[in-house]
Amino acid sequence: MTKPYISWGRYPYREQKGVDLHWRPTSLPGDELFLPQGNARSYGDSCMLEGGKVLSTRFMRRFIGFDPDTGLIQCEAGVTLADILSVAEPQGWFLPVTPGTKFATVGGALANDVHGKNHHVEGTFGRHVTRFELLRSDGSVRLCSPSENTEWFNATVGGLGITGFVTWVEIQLKKVGNSAINAENIKYRNLSEFFELSQESEQDYEYTVAWVDCLASGDKLGRGHFSRGNHARPVQPRPSKPATALSMPIDPSLSLVNSASLKAFNWLYYNRQIEHVRYQTMHYDPFFYPLDHIHDWNRMYGPKGFLQYQCVIPMEHSHSAITELLNRISRANYGSFLAVLKVFGEVASPGLISFPRPGTTLALDFPYRGNQTMQLFDQLDDVVVQAGGALYPAKDANMKAEHFRLFYPGADQLKTFKDPNITSSFWKRVMEA
Amino acid sequence: MKNWIIIGATSAISESVCRIWSVRGYKLFLVGRDEKKLVILGDDYSVRGASNVYTHVMDVNQFEAHEACWNAAVEQMGRIDGIFIAHGTLPDQKACEASFSTAQLEINTNGMSVISLCTKAANEFEKAGKGDIAVISSVAGDRGRQSNYVYGAAKGLVSIYLQGLRNRLFKSGVHVTTIKPGFVDTPMTAEFDKGGPLWASADQVANGIVAAIDKRRNVVYLPWFWWGIMNIIKHIPEAIFKRLSL
Repeated sequence: MTKPYISWGRYPYREQKGVDLHWRPTSLPGDELFLPQGNARSYGDSCMLEGGKVLSTRFMRRFIGFDPDTGLIQCEAGVTLADILSVAEPQGWFLPVTPGTKFATVGGALANDVHGKNHHVEGTFGRHVTRFELLRSDGSVRLCSPSENTEWFNATVGGLGITGFVTWVEIQLKKVGNSAINAENIKYRNLSEFFELSQESEQDYEYTVAWVDCLASGDKLGRGHFSRGNHARPVQPRPSKPATALSMPIDPSLSLVNSASLKAFNWLYYNRQIEHVRYQTMHYDPFFYPLDHIHDWNRMYGPKGFLQYQCVIPMEHSHSAITELLNRISRANYGSFLAVLKVFGEVASPGLISFPRPGTTLALDFPYRGNQTMQLFDQLDDVVVQAGGALYPAKDANMKAEHFRLFYPGADQLKTFKDPNITSSFWKRVMEA
Repeated sequence: MKNWIIIGATSAISESVCRIWSVRGYKLFLVGRDEKKLVILGDDYSVRGASNVYTHVMDVNQFEAHEACWNAAVEQMGRIDGIFIAHGTLPDQKACEASFSTAQLEINTNGMSVISLCTKAANEFEKAGKGDIAVISSVAGDRGRQSNYVYGAAKGLVSIYLQGLRNRLFKSGVHVTTIKPGFVDTPMTAEFDKGGPLWASADQVANGIVAAIDKRRNVVYLPWFWWGIMNIIKHIPEAIFKRLSL
């Protein structure tokens, strides 16, 4: 199925002109504004350019080289994380960092300096990028690495695609004895228990994340399931990959996510597990990518689409601010079953405007309901700003310009590296409005 | 593990097919006009698991070069198990109407070159008593329409030629697969507005091609629903059909 170059949240839903690049370009359009785009898995408008065109890399998905002895892999920017796993995993290598979807491209992962469940151990994706090639609309080509063209490297990692066109990327993969995961799923009762579990798991578990019942309130506020795990030992048998993926084949005319379905789902999901802890050795796929199992799940939010709200709150204010955020959401009786909490580690992000920083990140999906959504987001923004937190551009369709500059002091410096012919709807909104 | 010759190796559909075959560890002999692109593809297939990749630069319209191409493949791979013919162009119908030489060139590219390549392959496979010939034809070859009947005529030539070839080679154990894709999202169709349920990705079509070759299917429409669409189109009486703007 062809894609209309629309972002994952399908909000804002605007006709988007696009051109597919099939081969690594040696020059870029010089006459009109454009934006490089990967698989368009960013939720809001950071991967879109209204009034201009996107240069899609979805057909530029070739490997250039892979050394199974060192785990260094080179590939074109449109290669997806799934492509890398299919080549590297059978040879004992794994993604050093992976977000919650394997359908993101390497270029997208780089441009958003994405993070995963092992942020407290490995930091962001950009920390494992060893080199890439940056092509600019003036025709210049730069090889960037942490030691070569360092300032361009730091601007482009997490730079939202506006510093130039990344043609290929080299990544240092991670050696694993077994790609399967020994997972523990712990049902916990409130936010305090979440923080205790996070702290207790930090040392001994590579992967941690929690699902939160965002409708629970009072002394149950923040309750959910804490998931933690490590790669299985080499000798353990590897569970097979679960059956074929499902898909959302139609566009429902209404959002299937409403307060009734949400209440029922959250109750069932929280109570699906009776025991306190469940131990399981899992194939890596359902552990890292449960949502990838349902192709096009974003369509269940109906024609109006949805927004994600992802923030990070510094550790010293995490408990109080997240309590307040969850309170405001629960009072609005308006949330989603995709509510995720995770404590980030101290590992510094390489990008000038990378999102991950020490603290606790909360991510939630909201079906778009016009003003009601924007009012709630305003209320949430107040809490995030007050607590000295930040919002995540890759998930955003609503961040205010003054907040962006507050959250990302590096933005003005990034601007000096911006390619004059490249911009995005997001960048125009927060930097040029 | 199998050894295949790929003609038109830089096309999007053959790239998707070769990715699948690379994972299976096939040896691939890539034929195309652009050496740089062939090398880029070869690197990719090697990483994905192809046990060997060879590249050979050739323009299919140089019919006299076809024999040398086959011989080079034999020299590199030793044994040849199959030839996948996937090259093609989408002609500008209006230009073909205005000029016979344009029409002739397009019919050579999309029709005659296939016959030349198949002649060599068929004779060699017949001698060996085994082999697979898989060719991308098109739904456009099922009935002539005003919007692209020159392309349709070339593809119709290919489809009927393959029908006869399959009939001839059956007794020698050589199999011929005719592949008829509908609308596929590739650079060849860049000029089209690609919304809608009739459009398939090159990956989807490639999955169908690989399965059809594995199962030694005779004629496949990809995706499958084109079989139904073309059945209807083929059965519209000519008296009505000539009035339609298709």
